[in-house]
Amino acid sequence: MIAIALAIAIFLAVFLISPVISVVYTAFSDGHGGLTLSHFFAFFEISLMRESFANSLFVAGMTVLGATLIAIPLAYLTMRFQFRGAVLIQTLGVLPLVMPAFVGAAAMQLIFGRSGAVNLILMDLFGFSIPIMEGLSGIIFVETLHYFPFILLNLSASLATIDSSMEEAGQNLGASGWRLFRKIIFPLALPGYIAGASLVFIKVFDDLGTPLVLNVTNMLAPQAYLRVTSIGLEDPIGYVICVILVLFSIAAMGGSWWFVKRRDYALISRGGAQAPKRTLSSWQTVMAYGWIIGVLMLVLSPHLGILLMSLFKVWSFSVLPEQFTLAHYITIFSDAKQMIWNTILYCGLAAVIDVVLGAAIAYIVIRTTIPGRQILDHLVTVALAMPGLVLGIGYLRTFRGIELPFGGGALTASWLIFVLAYSVRRLPYALRSCMAALTQVHPALEEAAENVGASRWRIIRKIVLPLMTGGLLAGFVTSFITAAAEISETILLTSKESMAPMSYGIYLYFQSIAGRGPGAALSVIAITLVALGTYLSHRIAATATPHQNVGART
Amino acid sequence: MKSVAIDIRNIALSFGTTSVLKDINLHIEPGEFFALLGPSGSGKSTLLRLIAGFNQHQRGELLIDGKDVTGTAPWLRNVGMVFQSYALWPHMTVAQNVAFGLEARKLPSAEIRKKVHEALELVDLTGLAERRPGQLSGGQQQRVAIARTLAIKPQVLLLDEPLSNLDAKLRTQTRHELVELQRRLGLTTIFVTHDQEEALTTCHRVAVMDQGVIQQVGSPMDLFDFPVNRFVAQFVGSINLFSGRFFTEGDHLRFNSPTLGEVVLPNGLELQTSEMDLAFRPHAVRFATDAQSDLDGQLALKGTILSAEFLGEAFRYDVRVGQAIVHADISHARGKPALAAGSEVHLRVPSQELRFVEH
Repeated sequence: MIAIALAIAIFLAVFLISPVISVVYTAFSDGHGGLTLSHFFAFFEISLMRESFANSLFVAGMTVLGATLIAIPLAYLTMRFQFRGAVLIQTLGVLPLVMPAFVGAAAMQLIFGRSGAVNLILMDLFGFSIPIMEGLSGIIFVETLHYFPFILLNLSASLATIDSSMEEAGQNLGASGWRLFRKIIFPLALPGYIAGASLVFIKVFDDLGTPLVLNVTNMLAPQAYLRVTSIGLEDPIGYVICVILVLFSIAAMGGSWWFVKRRDYALISRGGAQAPKRTLSSWQTVMAYGWIIGVLMLVLSPHLGILLMSLFKVWSFSVLPEQFTLAHYITIFSDAKQMIWNTILYCGLAAVIDVVLGAAIAYIVIRTTIPGRQILDHLVTVALAMPGLVLGIGYLRTFRGIELPFGGGALTASWLIFVLAYSVRRLPYALRSCMAALTQVHPALEEAAENVGASRWRIIRKIVLPLMTGGLLAGFVTSFITAAAEISETILLTSKESMAPMSYGIYLYFQSIAGRGPGAALSVIAITLVALGTYLSHRIAATATPHQNVGART
Repeated sequence: MKSVAIDIRNIALSFGTTSVLKDINLHIEPGEFFALLGPSGSGKSTLLRLIAGFNQHQRGELLIDGKDVTGTAPWLRNVGMVFQSYALWPHMTVAQNVAFGLEARKLPSAEIRKKVHEALELVDLTGLAERRPGQLSGGQQQRVAIARTLAIKPQVLLLDEPLSNLDAKLRTQTRHELVELQRRLGLTTIFVTHDQEEALTTCHRVAVMDQGVIQQVGSPMDLFDFPVNRFVAQFVGSINLFSGRFFTEGDHLRFNSPTLGEVVLPNGLELQTSEMDLAFRPHAVRFATDAQSDLDGQLALKGTILSAEFLGEAFRYDVRVGQAIVHADISHARGKPALAAGSEVHLRVPSQELRFVEH
């Protein structure tokens, strides 16, 4: 068991920690073995960099604000009121997540862009257009619609845990409506909100795909990418940006953790009833449905746009596309078969690695007494705070010049690099899944097997793993679909087109007007794949634990 | 502070098809300490929440100080409620918790500060104003909850199982403090509990509830001494209760029970109907020395001791009489051992201790 723990630690050290260290080191290195801050001063002397920094902060901040404004009413409506729209919101909550943000960006251009459907109609009827897709506001718009579910889901979960008497006590003392929400309900749900908001901030701050597809380069992530790919791996400014991304990421995660810890929310009494759901008055119902349907239409628009794009010949300067065709799909199946196969291969292998490592780490951390076993858990958490862009650059830098044995060529030019990068960044998700599954397995079940004389390996094989199946499968699916939708690392690591996975293919197709159709078709396939996976993992999670006869874990 | 009366008239409430309160009628006097006592599911908490405005009755009237508050929102009622879980807001300090209701009433901040201080003084917690609820003990949390409610000078005080989250020792002490506080403020108070001892020791009057119906309203002594039905008799204190039929033969009133057999009742008892239960408390039972002694004005039974349970001040004997088991609490004198199982005993119950209760 110790040997396995060590092997995992070495794997994580080589493929997670060393790339990060090499990025950070390069940012501070003077090139002669010494350390320096000069690259940072150089960074802030370039006006484009200062502008990019400010833009990234602005976009991330505004997206959090926008997502908050959308998510709070939705969360409050579903958790506190009795009406059918609640189911609609739940669906709405996962919809954006089944499509990478940058795919949505391309579709949104066609609908909300300068010559998109909405503006053409506006121009026709009222003689003006709304330049919402221009520059930074386009990114904010796309990312807000894409990421608000993170706040919605976290906030809803938080609202659900508030004891109804907390609210009733407020009403009893004379507070109602907005005052009750502002002073009591929202502060009590703050841990969930902060968790969701910090996640949105990081995701947007680190996102590379959306700015690139919308042709915005004066932000940090695109700048890092451009510096590294155009000036080269030796340019220190790219690394400075990476360090900034990492610092913000850690600050946001650490901040939200600290915030939740700081306040004593443990008091929120257990055993209390959940707040009874109230009924809406008729005008409230109209308002609620209006809000939900409005948001739903916005959220669905990129999905619909992509579908239309994939099924019609041309769509430009017209409200709706013209001339139905299946040609794009035919193109895809002849040209992009390799990409689809690549995605299945890379993501499948990465997900297998994640589940194996996840199960092993979960077992070591929860069930053994190996000293320092918690370090494994902490190491994996590092991956959660690591932007894909940073890890990608770190891989290129750390592993350049390393040749694979048996004449396999350079590691950085091989498809293996995708598998490694995907597996390392998705490991935290698989690990959570495995840990949850293992804590559900009562130790008494293993003790019973020990008691009748089974060896440890036999117990793991015959008792523990079979009981963890649901969690392992859920972990596999989550790792697979999130890796399939990954774009930042993918753009960096793709060295030749034959090696590229689907996400890169979509990105590439969207670079040209002619490629939009096939790009959309490929997106539809990817979305279907991810949606199917999401559905499966929900199903698995829902049916994962019924064959447990030992009740509560001790 | 002016004390107000509460009138509950013909109130009925159902959740869907489940009828939770059925035709409730109560008059609570100004300044009275009133208890709603009943098992879980009896509707006592529903009734309390109805007075606070968290439940809405479908039928009947609810009058506070003579005004019908039916349909008035909870935040407009000025009815203070102390929740079972205390419901202290963890993100606010003790002082902020207490100030909340005053802020909602838009009082000037100097006055809020003064009233917060007064409220905390009332429960002896002035030193802990800046603490957060999580840093307080259970008893202190409860006093904060009470201070928070009293700070708004409510017309009525509602207490929902206020002692149930405290440990046994603290419970008795808090009980005394609650009584003392209520007497001092003269505030009309309704106290919900499932614990008969709490209700009997603290309150002026008690309403015993079961299955959404008020079974009996009366002083603690009334309920104990003159229960009107089988439920009240069994719920308040322990009791020996036998169903059967009363009839008169010769000069004597007799009682025929399937379990107890036929017994002759002492003279001078009167009955309205023959279909009633015969009941008496275990502590009313005495053991007589032989079959002939002490028969005047007494119910006499003969039985065999099955077991004895030592309670300290008394032995509780289970005595088999016919097919029935009679509990008898016989006071204990130092060093005197229990009668052995299997011994024959002669039981006596004075006629004034016999009760006839409806089914």
